[in-house]
Amino acid sequence: MSSLSVSRDSVAELAAPFAPATDWAVQVENLELTYRTTIEKKPTLKRTLVRLGRRKRIVRTIEAVRDVSFEVPHGRVLGIIGVNGAGKSTLLRTIAGILPPTSGRIEVHGRVSTLLALGVGFKGGLTGRDNVILGGLAAGLTREQLAAKYDEIAEFAELGDFIDMPMRTYSSGMYGRLAFSVAVNMDPDILLIDEALSVGDARFKQKSFDKMRALCAEARTILIVSHALKGIRELSDEVLWMHKGEIAMRGDPKTVIEAYKEFLDVRESDVADEDV
Amino acid sequence: MTTYAERADRSEFAGEVHVYEPHRIGLPPIGAYLKQLWLRREFALELARTNLRAAHYNTALGQLWLILNPLLLGLVYFALVEIIGRGNRGMDFLAHLLLALFAFRLVSTSIRQGARSVVGGGRLILNTAFPRTLLPLSSVLTAFMLFLPTLIVYAVVHGVAELPVTPEILWAVPIVAMLVIFAAGMSMLVAAVQVYFRDLSNFLPYALRIWLYSSPILYYAAQVPEKFKPVLLVNPMYPLLTSLGDAVNFGREPRPALLLAGLGWAVGAFVAGGLFFISREREFAVRL
Repeated sequence: MSSLSVSRDSVAELAAPFAPATDWAVQVENLELTYRTTIEKKPTLKRTLVRLGRRKRIVRTIEAVRDVSFEVPHGRVLGIIGVNGAGKSTLLRTIAGILPPTSGRIEVHGRVSTLLALGVGFKGGLTGRDNVILGGLAAGLTREQLAAKYDEIAEFAELGDFIDMPMRTYSSGMYGRLAFSVAVNMDPDILLIDEALSVGDARFKQKSFDKMRALCAEARTILIVSHALKGIRELSDEVLWMHKGEIAMRGDPKTVIEAYKEFLDVRESDVADEDV
Repeated sequence: MTTYAERADRSEFAGEVHVYEPHRIGLPPIGAYLKQLWLRREFALELARTNLRAAHYNTALGQLWLILNPLLLGLVYFALVEIIGRGNRGMDFLAHLLLALFAFRLVSTSIRQGARSVVGGGRLILNTAFPRTLLPLSSVLTAFMLFLPTLIVYAVVHGVAELPVTPEILWAVPIVAMLVIFAAGMSMLVAAVQVYFRDLSNFLPYALRIWLYSSPILYYAAQVPEKFKPVLLVNPMYPLLTSLGDAVNFGREPRPALLLAGLGWAVGAFVAGGLFFISREREFAVRL
C-alpha cells in the first residue's frame, strides 16, 4: 500500500477546502431506529401456530440506532467504524431511505448512490447487463442516462464477455467488481458504501481505491463503512465510531481510529490494518 | 420552513432533496408515492421483459413456447373433459375452455409470480429505495405479456368453431382490464403476505388448482348443480369469466349484474391489496 500513501491532507485540499461549510449534504437529527423481529430466520405459518398454541411471543426489539445526530458537509468523506452489530449498516440504509426512521429526521441533499449489501445482481438468472439496467431503472435513472453510463460501468468492472452471461455464473470477485463499478459510475452526489473497499484481487482493490480517491477529489460526499482501518484513515476527513447504536466518538481520523484500536486492544497489529 | 407535505412531496425516493421522517400512519404520502411509481414504470416493464426472456433462455424452441405452452395446456384439459364427458363436446366448447383458461391463467400467473416478487428481489430491496409495488406489478405485466400470444391461439379456434364475430366482442377490452386490475390487487396482496408467511408459496399451487376447478372453465356456469351455486357466487372469477365468455364466445352483451360484480371484485382487490402492500412495504427491508 506504500504507493497509496500520498498524504490524505493533500487530497483533501484538492477536494473540499477546510473552510467552514454552510451547507450539509447529509443531516441526521436525533435518529432512532428500532425494529421488532422474530428470532426465526424464516417466519412460517406452522411455527407461528405452534408458538401461538404455546402462548409464546418471540418478538425482540432491536435498538439498532439510538439518538444519533451528525452532519456531513458537501464534499467530505466520513468514515464509519465500529464492531459488528454496532448499527453502521442500519445507519447507512436509513440515510439511503431504505429503512424508515423510528424517530428523528434525516435530510439528504443530492443524488444518492448506494453500495450496501454488495448487490446489483438480484436476479442470478439474468445477465450482468440486465441486472445493471434493472438496478439503474429502480434507482430512478432513465434509459438514456443508463445507456450513457453503461460502457463505463462494463469497462471498469473488467468482466469481458461475462457481462452478457447469467450472473449465477460469476465468481464472488466478479460480483463485487460489478457492484462497485455500478455504484461509483452512477455519478452520485452522495455515495454510501458499506464494506466495499476490498472487492476483487489486489489489482482491482488498488484500482477501486484510486477511484474512491478520485471521487473524493471531485468533491463528492462519501460515507464509508469499513473494517479496513488503514483505508478509512487514508480516505476520510472525519471518522465516526459507533458502538451499540450510539456515537462513541467523532473526530479526526487518526485520533478516533487510535481510540478505537485501543478499545479493541489490537493496537497496531497487522491484522487490523489489513484491508479485510 | 416548509410544511411536512411540501417536503414529503419533494422527497421519498428521488429528486435532489430527500427527507426521511417516521410516518404518522402506515401509509406514505400517496401522491408522491404514485409519482415515483410512475417515474419508474420502465423498471417494471424491463423486469417483466427480462423475466420472460430468461424463462426461455437455452430452450430450442425459444419464444415459440409462448404459444405452445397455453395451447398444450388447453388441449390437455380438453382431452380430460372429453374423456370424462364421453366425447360429446364440440369445437365451441373448446373455444369456451381455452378462453376461460387463458383468462384464469392471466390471474394465476400474476399471483404465482407476485408471491415470489418481493422475497426474490431481496438484494435490490436491501440496496435501493424505490416503490416496492413495482415488483408485484411487474409480475402482472409478465402475466399479461404471456396472455397476449394466447389470443392468437384462441382466435384460430374461434374461427374453426365458426363462432360469431359481433361488435359485442369489444366488451372483452373492459373485462380484460378488470381481470388485470383484479390480478394486480391479488398479486400485491400475496407478495406482502409471502414476506411474513413463507409457507404461502407452498400452498399456492393447490389453492390455485382448486380455484381453477371451482371456476366455470372446464364446464359452463349454467351446468353447475343448484347446491354448488353459492360457491360460484362468491368466486370472483365467476362474473369475470362468464362476462368474458358471453362477449367473446357468444358475441352477446354481458349481463350488467355480472359486469358490476366483476368490477366490484377488481376494484376491491386492487384497493385492499394495494393499501395492505404499501402500508407494509417499508418493513420489507427488515424482514428479508
